[in-house]
Amino acid sequence: MTEKIRSLDMEHITKRFPGVLACDDISIHVGEGEVLALVGENGAGKTTLMNILMGLYQQDEGRILINGEEVRFRGPEDAFAAGLGMVHQQYMLVPNMTVTENVALGYQQAWKPLKLDLKMVRDRVIEISEHYGLQVNPDAYIWQLSVGEQQRVELVKTLCLGARFLILDEPTSALTPQETDELILLLKRMKDELSIIFISHKLNEVKALSNKVTILRHGKVVFNGETDDYSPQEIAALMTGHEVQLPENKEPDMHGAPALVLKDVCVRSDRGFLALDGLDLTVHEGEIVGLAGVSGNGQRELAEAINGLRSVERGTITFFGVNLANKNPYYVIDHGMGYIPEERNVEGIVPPFAIRENFILKDSDRERFSHLSFLKKKSIEENAKRLRDDFDIRCPGTSTSAGSLSGGNIQKVILAREITRAPKFLIAVYPTRGLDMGAIEFIHRELLKKRREGIGILLVSEELDEIINLSDRIAVIYKGKIQKVLPHAEANRRNLGILMAGVNEDE
Amino acid sequence: MKMSRTFKFVYKLGIMLVAALAALLMASIILWMIGADVSQTFYTICFLPLTKTLHMTEVLIRAIPLCILALGISIAYRSGIINIGAEGQMAMGVLAFTAVALAAPDLPRPLLLPMALLAGVLGGGLWGFIPGILKAKLKVSELLSTVMLNYIAAQFYTFCLRVLMLDPAEKMTGSGTPQSMRLTANIELGRLSGRLHYGLFIALVLAVLVYLLMWKTTFGYKMRAAGSQDRAARYGGINVSKYLAISMIISGGFAGLAGGIEIAGVHRRAIEGVTNNYGFSGVVVALFGGLHPAGIVPASFLFGLLIYGSTLAPTRVGVPANIVQVMQGLIIIVIVTAQMVLSNKYLEARMCRRWNALFHKQKEVA
Repeated sequence: MTEKIRSLDMEHITKRFPGVLACDDISIHVGEGEVLALVGENGAGKTTLMNILMGLYQQDEGRILINGEEVRFRGPEDAFAAGLGMVHQQYMLVPNMTVTENVALGYQQAWKPLKLDLKMVRDRVIEISEHYGLQVNPDAYIWQLSVGEQQRVELVKTLCLGARFLILDEPTSALTPQETDELILLLKRMKDELSIIFISHKLNEVKALSNKVTILRHGKVVFNGETDDYSPQEIAALMTGHEVQLPENKEPDMHGAPALVLKDVCVRSDRGFLALDGLDLTVHEGEIVGLAGVSGNGQRELAEAINGLRSVERGTITFFGVNLANKNPYYVIDHGMGYIPEERNVEGIVPPFAIRENFILKDSDRERFSHLSFLKKKSIEENAKRLRDDFDIRCPGTSTSAGSLSGGNIQKVILAREITRAPKFLIAVYPTRGLDMGAIEFIHRELLKKRREGIGILLVSEELDEIINLSDRIAVIYKGKIQKVLPHAEANRRNLGILMAGVNEDE
Repeated sequence: MKMSRTFKFVYKLGIMLVAALAALLMASIILWMIGADVSQTFYTICFLPLTKTLHMTEVLIRAIPLCILALGISIAYRSGIINIGAEGQMAMGVLAFTAVALAAPDLPRPLLLPMALLAGVLGGGLWGFIPGILKAKLKVSELLSTVMLNYIAAQFYTFCLRVLMLDPAEKMTGSGTPQSMRLTANIELGRLSGRLHYGLFIALVLAVLVYLLMWKTTFGYKMRAAGSQDRAARYGGINVSKYLAISMIISGGFAGLAGGIEIAGVHRRAIEGVTNNYGFSGVVVALFGGLHPAGIVPASFLFGLLIYGSTLAPTRVGVPANIVQVMQGLIIIVIVTAQMVLSNKYLEARMCRRWNALFHKQKEVA
């Protein structure tokens, strides 16, 4: 073991990308045993800054100091060697290998000339996981693990490789509420031995965990301070540059006709078990129904079955009088369904396509965008410019590939396309997952606007605040069935949490 | 840090020069080892074909099938399927073309030639449809199915030439060269100069058509969407398997057409070895040309030049054609590597920093 990291400084870091100033003279300081929360909207430069610290990018100007001495990282190996470890937002694990094998990939001490000393790695995994109270099974395959467990594996891996300073990039963005609470507790214990930089959008987590907070906006440090001195509202206001008030659904009941009626729907998951097992649900026009539940209880399969992407084994999906079960996606789209999919990066957009091309994904055949199957370049471009301005999509131009945008902007591209297609109904699956406050506020307002126009919305989410703020009625899904449907007035975090865990007090 | 134009120019030029030198050096070592005249050999392969009209026409003759094949391969590739079966599809196109020509030799040319070419398209298209539908419906790897269909097509081709379509004159004289009889003049494509035929214009028109199809129509839009991210395409209501199968029919059709044109323009009878590895070179041309018609047209010319140059080398400078092919392989790898290096933005940024540091330091000194 080399020296402990007592202090880490990044001084006057500047990084330019073609056309963007990602980091503009940023300085941060982390002392021994401190947790620094790095917050800011999508595209504020947080991830770029951390990638510079990990040697993935090189800064154009500025320097990095560890324990007061300047260091230069030419690649991630140098940063590892200095004791830095990063858990990325997207986990870097090989699904068809075990936990031990995944750790062994980077564990060079175990690489003997002719053999890989897996036993040594396994012992080390057990040692680390016991030391920090990180429960992992060293022999489990990654694909068998839940997202929360995979994250623990990432942590164990990083620690096994000798990290004495942890960088966590939005560690809770894919976790369920329970897993999030566990992680926060765990990190609190770990900060006795380690310093941590913690990137997050979620201000209650920032409050719960960090000592200090640094806020970035448009690549600049706009605020530096002790976490305890500020309320989440104050931090949110500094982050976005204006007061953030997440909207709430206080509209009167629209008394709309049933728009989407699911009866006794059974659908199989990819692994062959019944993911939806006799599900019944009705959504009316002009109403938002929030579908609450821990992810993996059939939400994905439900959205896919309605949208013609998954076959329905039994039951009917009646959409304005038409049965959508086992129809193809085109048929469903043609009948006026709008759909914001869960996996925005691979399903919601075609990543290498330009933004303007992504806007016409569902409508390339319509007279508006093509004539005799020749694309109308001008109206496609006009449409793209208008949507970019209306939805405040930050991009260098409409010919930029959609895949190169940040998560929030990708979601805005999808939202813009789905909403402006004038759908009769909207299914939004985890629409704000991993997005910053500003983007969440924007998306919530758009959804409420659609509701006011008389459109029914099925909102799938695991953020209870989001569900409670927006929904007229809340349905709780558990193991492929609707546990219970609560009117907005009766729902609160407590009773929803109990229902989500599978306990139905009425029974 | 701003990338000045000067830097970009110097950077690109620098990499291309390093690549060219590396290729030259490696090829020179090989030539030097077999005791050949290095400079004379390079001249023969790369420049001699450009000096005379006759040579130029021979280069273009080889570029025509390469261009058509590569256009077809690029359509399949853009739609998400890697067609390495163009060799077999081309052979089937030749057979279908020849069969029509043999069956109705007395039809007038304006009728027979289009019919025969269409048959070539259908023959190749059918051979492309098989792996396409297998991949679309059953997810059978196209690498496996296209290669296997190449074997089948090659053997079927030989069987047809030796048995079904064998030239009656060969039977009588008994020399047994496996080839069809000379086809009727009614299937011949006109010639411009030397052996160079009107297929040149067909290839160029097809390049324009492929560009329009893939980038200007909804049809091409959907094929590219399916090839770039099939989940998003399916989500957007695009029938991915349909477009996959169609793209392979088109790709195979192009290969078949290339075969038909090769017979109608150059050989005027089906002969052994007519496909001449064009199907495989076509994959390289398609990738080398960036899967875009504007790149494929010059790339096919370059490869036509190399292929023809290698036929000149044995007689002019006594270097065996095999060695020339080894050199070609090396040159292609080096050029493709250089292209990849050029597209590495991070390397470019790093070099730019060095350049700026150097430049500014010099300024201070001055």
